[in-house]
Amino acid sequence: MYHERVLDHYNNPRNVGSFDKNDPNVGTGLVGAPACGDVMKLQIRVDDETGKIVDACFKTFGCGSAIASSSVATEWVKGKQMEEVVTIKNTEIAKHLSLPPVKLHCSMLAEDAIKAAVKDYEAKRSKSSGSQEATHLEEKAAGA
Amino acid sequence: MFSKLLSTAVRRNLIQPTVARGLPKTFSTAAAAVEPLVEESSGITMKGVKISGRPLYLDMQATSPVDPRVLDAMLPYYLSRYGNPHSRTHLYGWESEQAVESARAQVAALINASPKEIIFTSGATESNNISVKGVLHFYKDKKRHVITTQTEHKCVLDSCRHLQQEGFDITYLPVKSDGLVDLEKLRSEIRPDTGLISVMMVNNEIGVIQPMVEIGKICKEFNVPLHTDAAQALGKIPIDVDKMNISLMSLSGHKIYGPKGIGGLYMRRRPRIRVEPQMNGGGQERGIRSGTVPTPLVVGFGAACELAMKEMEYDDQRIRALQERLLNGIRGKLDGVVVNGSEESRYPGNLNLSFAFVEGESLLMGLKEVAVSSGSACTSASLEPSYVLRALGVEEDMAHTSIRYGIGRFTTEEEIDRAVELTVRQVEKLRELSPLYEMYKDGIDIKSIQWSQH
Repeated sequence: MYHERVLDHYNNPRNVGSFDKNDPNVGTGLVGAPACGDVMKLQIRVDDETGKIVDACFKTFGCGSAIASSSVATEWVKGKQMEEVVTIKNTEIAKHLSLPPVKLHCSMLAEDAIKAAVKDYEAKRSKSSGSQEATHLEEKAAGA
Repeated sequence: MFSKLLSTAVRRNLIQPTVARGLPKTFSTAAAAVEPLVEESSGITMKGVKISGRPLYLDMQATSPVDPRVLDAMLPYYLSRYGNPHSRTHLYGWESEQAVESARAQVAALINASPKEIIFTSGATESNNISVKGVLHFYKDKKRHVITTQTEHKCVLDSCRHLQQEGFDITYLPVKSDGLVDLEKLRSEIRPDTGLISVMMVNNEIGVIQPMVEIGKICKEFNVPLHTDAAQALGKIPIDVDKMNISLMSLSGHKIYGPKGIGGLYMRRRPRIRVEPQMNGGGQERGIRSGTVPTPLVVGFGAACELAMKEMEYDDQRIRALQERLLNGIRGKLDGVVVNGSEESRYPGNLNLSFAFVEGESLLMGLKEVAVSSGSACTSASLEPSYVLRALGVEEDMAHTSIRYGIGRFTTEEEIDRAVELTVRQVEKLRELSPLYEMYKDGIDIKSIQWSQH
């Protein structure tokens, strides 16, 4: 019924936890809705010098596939540049976990969560410093 | 002798799920058709799920095990008394017919009916179909309207849909937040052309008991026949077709420790209710249900009814105590646990719980050592939250979090304690994972957040 990778992530979810969402170096993505049965919170900690994601964590309310999708997403974004992670596609996550068609929305939610986290970080940066670099990155994120 | 062996085997499996390796080997013919259950020394693997032994069974609303005493009664009718009960020319037929008639009396006695009012069918789904469609088809010239509730079993709702397509009018009565029918609302929906009122006695998902005596009175007042789906009620709560003024009632064998594939339909004779048969053929069962009556199954159904009658009070007390043990055990360790449906008017063998901030499917995934379900077995494949819970007005996020625990005659205290332990552990684990639980602890109102719907 479930692929063994889904079971593995469900039984041993990676990077469960929370960062302080008011920390200027943290981006938070909160997607989904309780009424739909899925809510994902994915957070990234970014090195503001290099734009690299140094750490990531998640919490998810949802089925096993949703938990596995977000767990995989945190693994994949860690250590990568922000421009890089916004190109992660839901289809890659779905393929990695062999999600059946009825569970594809879980992987889409994970993709949305990554993008939302990056966007949140960018918004915070441009608000605090208004630096040009941030706007530049944001454009890239929006274009992806 | 065989039953003794079997009952010890059954008990052993119930009490110690890990000692399942003593099960008899499956026949090679059966193994070819069914996915083999791989039993390794480390546990069982099936459908990609690895568990250390057979899960403990708490899904009695889906189906129940056959009582060894029931199987004892059935076996001779498979092995030596295998005649067709409709054969008139030899002893094989006569003895089978006698067995069928005595089973009919056993079923009738349990509901205070006459044996002549019992029709054997394949189960409650068929009986519901005959009742809903059969009555309206028979009286279609004068009666064009059916009243039922939003929390009925799928087979009643689907039969009603079918009638709707044929041009009949259906009223799907909403229920109160405790799952019970609003009697005044029911009364106000009755029309001169109402041909049937169908209300299930005990709900399969949430276990609430409808006020059948009061509903029966209203039906009598307006002279509308009352049908009730009693698949989950038979043998568990006292049923009296006269006190409840029931015209038609659907019954099932496998929910009361009888065999699968057999059920019954009670049809009142005075005043007589008539139906159009769904199955045409040899005219068996008074022409209502053609087809050879399966003697061994009928005998088993009869034996199960007789046992239920004798042991109803004992079973009820035991199951009530186990339900309390389960609920107190879980509530003692977890907050945010809600019982779905009335706690007072409820069959205690059904405990439907919602665990706030935890999604039901992921909880079930983590409870592989406990066989429970998130609602009815018929709809457990879909991702939609239960329509029964939605009819109760349960918040959509809570409707996604429900688990139904079904307790039965053979459930033990050890099983309940283990179920409590596993449920608590899993809910705690998933709450640590849940962003909603985190917000709740931080004092954020989840309803105040603008969620992105999709």
